[in-house]
Amino acid sequence: MSDHEHKNTGDVHRELHSHLPPEPALRVRAMESLLIEKGMLDPETVDAWVEAYCEKIGPKCGARIVAKAWSDADFKARLLENGAEAVKGLDDAGWAVAHLRVIENTPAIHNLVVCTLCSCYPHAILGPPPNWYKMAAYRSRAVRDPRGVLKEFGVELGGDIGLRVWDSTSELRYLVLPGRPEGTGGWDEERLASIVTRNSMIGTQRDLSIDAGQA
Amino acid sequence: MTRPEGDAVAPLARRDDEPLFDEPWQAQALGLAFSLSDAGVFTPAQWSRALGAAHRRILAGGADDTPQTYYEAVVAALEGLLREGGGISASALEQRVKTWRRAYLNTPHGRPVKLTAGLGAGAQKGANH
Repeated sequence: MSDHEHKNTGDVHRELHSHLPPEPALRVRAMESLLIEKGMLDPETVDAWVEAYCEKIGPKCGARIVAKAWSDADFKARLLENGAEAVKGLDDAGWAVAHLRVIENTPAIHNLVVCTLCSCYPHAILGPPPNWYKMAAYRSRAVRDPRGVLKEFGVELGGDIGLRVWDSTSELRYLVLPGRPEGTGGWDEERLASIVTRNSMIGTQRDLSIDAGQA
Repeated sequence: MTRPEGDAVAPLARRDDEPLFDEPWQAQALGLAFSLSDAGVFTPAQWSRALGAAHRRILAGGADDTPQTYYEAVVAALEGLLREGGGISASALEQRVKTWRRAYLNTPHGRPVKLTAGLGAGAQKGANH
């Protein structure tokens, strides 16, 4: 009998705790509520940001920029000249991209982007970065052994192809303009955008497959 | 047989398809950081430095190099910047964390959790819990 009661008490205890968010969630909630009380934060801001960042902005914005650059030589020239200015007029730009530099892959050059300090990333046009981008392992290895990192992602870079590693900062973020694959002549921008992957715009992928654009 | 070796040489690529957020608070924490940066409470450069430093400190303390650790660094960096320039002291924050914890414990499951549920008579129960 007492065992039974004891078990029930334990269940209630566990039940209570299972509804309790983890410690970091409580800390975020605490900061948010204090900031709102101080008038330093609008109550709607964070939710609106999370919704837009996670649901509306994603690598598709970047993919459309790449597709446009492939299709429009004038836009491409402006994009490489001043990325932030060139994407300003596009509907897809999401948040203002304060400083964006677009770097082009060519048959002779491959580009790889990292943030060695923390996790700076052109989130306004690519959405949230992948988990590996935020890890210390990527941030150090991309500089120390970039060819090894590429190999891990399935990119075997020939010795005749030069590799440039770009270190993002809060003031300057990079977007890789991947090479347009053969067999895509005559494709419109929407179809072109469908084959551009997130990783190709970070540099951990080099050759894009045209299969995704065949449907 | 090949699997452990594959994991060992591909610790990054195998995270490629992971969900970007395991728990909602991770997105909320990033949203808070970017909202405060947009509002000018701190600059993007300050945020970048604080996040980098917090991440290094937590990793140096022995934490695994995982997304969870990264988001804990996001929370720690936010706390540091708000102590320095946001007028939110460590004690005010700890007090508020306690109040929210009590509010969750005092609120039946399924009901919206309000901060006031962590105050007053119910708070005593939660505090002894």
